[in-house]
Amino acid sequence: MNIHEYQGKQILKQYGVSVPEGHVAFSPEEAVKAAKELGTDVVVVKAQIHAGGRGKAGGVKLAKNLDEVRTYAKELLGKVLVTHQTGPEGKEVKRLYIEAGSDIQKEYYLGLVLDRETSRVTLMGSEEGGMDIEEVAANTPERLFYEEIDPVVGLTGFQARRMAFNMNIPAKLVNKAAKLMLGLYQAYVDTDAAIVEINPLVVTGDGQVVALDAKFNFDANALYRHQDVMEMRDYDEEDAKEIEASKYDLSYISLDGNIGCMVNGAGLAMATMDTINYYGGTPANFLDVGGGATAEKVTEAFKIILSDQNVKGIFVNIFGGIMKCDIIAEGVIQAAKEVSLNVPLVVRLEGTNVELGKKLLNESGLDIVAAGTMAEGAKKIVELVG
Amino acid sequence: MSVYINKDTKVLVQGITGSTALFHTKQMLEYGTKIVAGVTPGKGGTEVEGVPVFNTVQDAVKATGANVSVIYVPAPFAADAILEAVDADLDMAICITEHIPVLDMVKVKRYMEGKKTRLVGPNCPGVITPDECKIGIMPGYIHKKGHVGVVSRSGTLTYEATHQLSEEGIGQSTAVGIGGDPVNGTNFIDVLKAFNEDEDTYAVVMIGEIGGTAEEEAAAWVKANMTKPVVGFIGGQTAPEGKRMGHAGAIISGGKGTAADKIKAMNEAGIEVADTPSVIGETLIKVIKEKGLYDKCKTH
Repeated sequence: MNIHEYQGKQILKQYGVSVPEGHVAFSPEEAVKAAKELGTDVVVVKAQIHAGGRGKAGGVKLAKNLDEVRTYAKELLGKVLVTHQTGPEGKEVKRLYIEAGSDIQKEYYLGLVLDRETSRVTLMGSEEGGMDIEEVAANTPERLFYEEIDPVVGLTGFQARRMAFNMNIPAKLVNKAAKLMLGLYQAYVDTDAAIVEINPLVVTGDGQVVALDAKFNFDANALYRHQDVMEMRDYDEEDAKEIEASKYDLSYISLDGNIGCMVNGAGLAMATMDTINYYGGTPANFLDVGGGATAEKVTEAFKIILSDQNVKGIFVNIFGGIMKCDIIAEGVIQAAKEVSLNVPLVVRLEGTNVELGKKLLNESGLDIVAAGTMAEGAKKIVELVG
Repeated sequence: MSVYINKDTKVLVQGITGSTALFHTKQMLEYGTKIVAGVTPGKGGTEVEGVPVFNTVQDAVKATGANVSVIYVPAPFAADAILEAVDADLDMAICITEHIPVLDMVKVKRYMEGKKTRLVGPNCPGVITPDECKIGIMPGYIHKKGHVGVVSRSGTLTYEATHQLSEEGIGQSTAVGIGGDPVNGTNFIDVLKAFNEDEDTYAVVMIGEIGGTAEEEAAAWVKANMTKPVVGFIGGQTAPEGKRMGHAGAIISGGKGTAADKIKAMNEAGIEVADTPSVIGETLIKVIKEKGLYDKCKTH
């Protein structure tokens, strides 16, 4: 789960990380009011969307007076921003963050992320701030530094100082930067974050080390223990079908194609998408019904698939292990009763309780095309969709 | 021979009184797995399916000599269950539970350093040595005793591959699901090494998916060390970047962890990679025929 920049900064503030003063605004009036309250010569009007690259896409404006604040706020609210992270369809701006301008001397990069190779959280830092860090990693890897963090002791003072020196932070500000890093790590651990990025971190004219941006992404598996983080969720930023699916613990991702897929297991779900593509079709979604699905969940999954107007056919591909085939069959039958199924349906069942599942489907009177294997099922649905 | 588990393995089920655990305990017992104990705190002294239940892993081990545990404990408590198994010095802990917070697993990995226990999973289907011992949630009937080792990050794709092999009369020595999480216990290289050293395994099927670099590292290891043929498959060849495909570990980010990179690394290591999951079995058969191993692998 992602949150907005201003929400990330609210979290950082609680951990003693310096951030500029600012207020969220949902209208030009609120933006002007926020700017008045800040009272600084320059304020920054920042579009709040769940994607990076906002500056380059024109989503960040410097305003020198209240009229400019109003003008920029009007311009940005409702505008669709297209950045390298939004995809070509872009994202509509519905919130602004009005922030005090900073006297930037130099920009840096700081990030915390899980390193899968070492199974440790790793602090990354560079003096190449404000840039796409993946480009820095590719072009000038010697300017990107890492500190691997032992979960027992956490990020240590010496590691944070070493990082600050490596990043060429002015010597007299190293302790301030180190303190900020320790706060950042604590925020990461306490909120069960998956990624935290400060890009840029800046050193200001009056000798402060300030987080000018904040990107947080959280571990979905740990949200159950962070009610405060859950409350920051912005449903406007997410796909409606994905939100509906998450209510039922279904792992669903919208895609561009026209073949709806219902599969158990993430690996098989991906492989099913691959196989549909291999036979010339395009999947409309990724959907893993999971291991502990009930017939009700399967029914809901079916409804979500059918709510996608692009869907011209459905392929159910189940290899039951923890998931029992009869449960899937019951769910499919129930769903077909509740919603009018007017697209072709191909079902492939294998695994735990397979005979029972097949029997239920056969006796249901539904118009189902049975398939013996995944390849056969994929081929059939691609043909039927045409 | 086989790897990790066999007919003498004494299994303990952590969280045995939960509904999923109960269902699969029955299935494992029917398969012939020696389940000697269950653990559910507060249910000590009771019995399920004829298996005695204990309050702690330590009690269960002392009373029954269990040496491998399988964990069905719900995600919020699963990391603690793994720690309890490690603390009791079990040979192996197989964690089926999915959705464990990743920072819990970071701590578990740190705790396990220098300890005896091997962890398989979490978020995995388990381990099976056909006709001897089934630990986990895989359907038993699709397996056949034989000489091909299977290792996979995905549960259901393992079933897919194993089923194809069995249908063609190619049995398996052991099938190991290592799980789809970014932080897990046993990795591809551990299992490949075990298969390489197992005299009853003649060839290996390795099934990976997008995200991380575990397949690339495994490919490098195969190139340098493996004496047996390996065939593979990578799930998620058509997955878009930046979308997490169900498994916490299955995501292409920053251009890393793509299927194309993994397939390239595997091909360079001499691993033949199946185009679609439906031809994993065929691909293996083709390769073992080329190497003259088909007759040895064909289960009569």
